[in-house]
Amino acid sequence: MILKEIKELLGCEILCGSDKLQIDVKSAKASDLMSDVLRFSGPGKLLLTGLTNIQVIRTCDIAGICAVIFVRGKQPTAETVELSKNCDIAILKTDLSMFESCGILYNNGIRGVTIESKK
Amino acid sequence: MRDKTAFKQVFKIKGGDFINAGESSIKIRNILKEIGIEANIIRRVAIAAYEAEMNVVMYAERGLMNVIINAKNIILRVEDKGPGIEDIELAMKPGYSTATEEVREMGFGAGMGLPNIKKNSDHFDIRSVVGKSTRLEMVFNLNGTKD
Repeated sequence: MILKEIKELLGCEILCGSDKLQIDVKSAKASDLMSDVLRFSGPGKLLLTGLTNIQVIRTCDIAGICAVIFVRGKQPTAETVELSKNCDIAILKTDLSMFESCGILYNNGIRGVTIESKK
Repeated sequence: MRDKTAFKQVFKIKGGDFINAGESSIKIRNILKEIGIEANIIRRVAIAAYEAEMNVVMYAERGLMNVIINAKNIILRVEDKGPGIEDIELAMKPGYSTATEEVREMGFGAGMGLPNIKKNSDHFDIRSVVGKSTRLEMVFNLNGTKD
């Protein structure tokens, strides 16, 4: 599924990266714990989170995630938006809860990323 | 690798600086990309470096992150001036944390940092002097991983 479809499914507003709506997303991660995001180092290109600080973007950059959806209507700080532009990471926000967002995406074929070993 | 000469660089990390936390790790990741290191190794080095850098920012006064790239491996050494770790065995236990509320609100301090660093490196060593310093050494082999 492309990011544009995800945006429509969750009624998202794009805060940064409207040129990245064609990114193909097959799996996603959902967490408010950045260390957990780093542990799920599989192919997930999308992160759903309720945290909006600047470290979310740095974590995504390190973990190879290229799009973030802030759930529960959370508005990221100006620094967060600015850094996401520099890191080439798309950010969107939805008023839906984390649970609802994940449920909708799962129902539409997006799968999770299991914790993998070193490889 | 361009040649067998070791590449070495030192990065300064400032304790409590949550705004810039992670920048050194991203620079290291970019250096490895430029050299042409394998993507899977870059990812592991970047994650370990970032967790180690965050630890310095969260707990220590200041620290230095050394990166050494040889023909055989990548070595990351992170030394800080800070409170040290009283019980290293306990600190290595997944889920154990002494993080402040501020740190937890940022999504860190879940007690996964050190186990995550160990998991991602081929060799991991941690030493600490309580009230003084903590030193981490991580080695990443370039010719195949340990598993």
